[in-house]
Amino acid sequence: MKKSLKETIRDVSKNHLAKGNQLYGQCLTAVGWVGGTVPELTEKDGLVELSMADVMAGGLVTGAALVGTRPIYVVRYQGFQWFNASIIINYAAKSKSIWGIPCPVFVRSIGMEGGIGPVAGSSHHGLVYRMPGIKIASPMTPNEYINIYDEFMNSDDPFYVSEHRKSYSNTEELKDIKFDSPDLVLFPFSITRFESVKACEVLNNQGYKISLFHQLWIKPLKISPEAIENLKNSKYGGVVLDDDYPSGIAKQVAYELMNLTGKKVVVLTIEEKTAGFDPSKDNLPPDQEKICAFIKKLI
Amino acid sequence: MARLTMTRQDKIEIFKKASLCRNFEEKVFELIKKDIFKIPIYLSAGQEFIASTLAHFFKNQSPYIFAQHRSHSTYLAFGGDPEKLAKELLGKQDGCSNGMGGSASIQCKEINMFGHDGLMGTQVPIAVGAAFTSKKFTIALAGDAAAEEDYVMASIAWAGTKQIPILFVIEDNNLSILTEKKIRRNWEMDNFAKSVNVDAANIEDDPEVIFESLKDKNFPYLLNIKTARLFWHAGAGIDNLNQKDQYKIQMNLLGDEALGIHQNTKNKIEKLWNNLI
Repeated sequence: MKKSLKETIRDVSKNHLAKGNQLYGQCLTAVGWVGGTVPELTEKDGLVELSMADVMAGGLVTGAALVGTRPIYVVRYQGFQWFNASIIINYAAKSKSIWGIPCPVFVRSIGMEGGIGPVAGSSHHGLVYRMPGIKIASPMTPNEYINIYDEFMNSDDPFYVSEHRKSYSNTEELKDIKFDSPDLVLFPFSITRFESVKACEVLNNQGYKISLFHQLWIKPLKISPEAIENLKNSKYGGVVLDDDYPSGIAKQVAYELMNLTGKKVVVLTIEEKTAGFDPSKDNLPPDQEKICAFIKKLI
Repeated sequence: MARLTMTRQDKIEIFKKASLCRNFEEKVFELIKKDIFKIPIYLSAGQEFIASTLAHFFKNQSPYIFAQHRSHSTYLAFGGDPEKLAKELLGKQDGCSNGMGGSASIQCKEINMFGHDGLMGTQVPIAVGAAFTSKKFTIALAGDAAAEEDYVMASIAWAGTKQIPILFVIEDNNLSILTEKKIRRNWEMDNFAKSVNVDAANIEDDPEVIFESLKDKNFPYLLNIKTARLFWHAGAGIDNLNQKDQYKIQMNLLGDEALGIHQNTKNKIEKLWNNLI
């Protein structure tokens, strides 16, 4: 039986602790040990429950990394990063550049949408994107997660790992969809990758030719030469999809793609509005239906 | 950590460190007035007996040190290379922070002193994390203004909860740039520390008092040390010509020997700077 992403994260964390490292977070036992991604261990095993002081917590893990360990830092909602990430992006991300001292923190930043209100919803990787010295990736599959972790262990930079709760039950790897001369090319990030695949299948069954290239790396942005070439050969350009706000990373990625190809690239993300608990006030990432309608309007 | 009562030799050793700090800072003050530096400089003159006494007391422990922007004296008292500090202030790549940090973000790997990112008080949670993880004795220094940051107070509380081997030192010069403490708050850091079960004291920057306050202490521990900043927050100016000057007090107490140390150190500092500019 294939392992799910949450089982993979839990195993990766357990092995990390077994090497003498520590995993820090607030309320680590909450909601089934953070959706089943945290091993059910104790402080003796390296699992450190922090106080609820968010800004301080980012400083603590920065200090832990500064003296030679590789802490995993679990932040249960990405919206909390407005407090939690401040010392990580202002110190851990700069330490190597200013003082030549690496500060490798593995930040597990968890997004979710739907009925979670105005603060905790969506991904917020755009918040840390602007700061030099930090790497950002958004793994949605078991193999992707293992690869990102391995890269972290071979790197001396802090990593911001943009996770999403809706991906935790996923057991499958995600494959690109490619037409030689596509009508349009999709570049989905994070949780939008799953609905983008569904939208592609619907549209391609209707006779459209929509390519899709899954995006794992946000910073450094890693778009394959094949994807760039495919966008160049497209009829109507591309769409960047994300579950952060449009002015998070999506417009920046679209700008990069337009510079590389000369093709028009637009964005489809959560909306530029604050989410509310009332279902009619929620702010969800684009689903298959919305993606299909958006693409049909472009073509 | 029992220590004998402070001897005259202890006082002389501490004065030597303080003299290095004072002469270095007074020379920098003179050079600021001549517009030699192109970056903001945060002078620690007047506060040098805090770092000097700590460095002497913990001379056999090589603790991790986390300080903030006004930390030339911390760097020098614990044994940082004066020439590398001077080069950092001049913005040179072979400065102690590679010409990147300037006055506010100095570091020294040889003395386990980590750099500061320029945001007030961040060194305190970072120091707590470093001490918690490594179990190594750590000193976190902060000004009385930085101490008001919520994350500083949360860090002190967490250090108490986890019984972390750390000494918090609040260099209380009563000023946040020019705003006095009484305008900003009506409480003291030692009382705050005690309220979260961290032992603490509120003392003057007399080296003998600092020394005695550190004897036989269990950590975490917090010392709020009242001191007097001799020069402006940044740049070349004097806040108050009539304020207490611990350096002059100690020099008078120690007599000719101290005067000789002062003059000798002054000459060395002059020579150092003459070779650089």
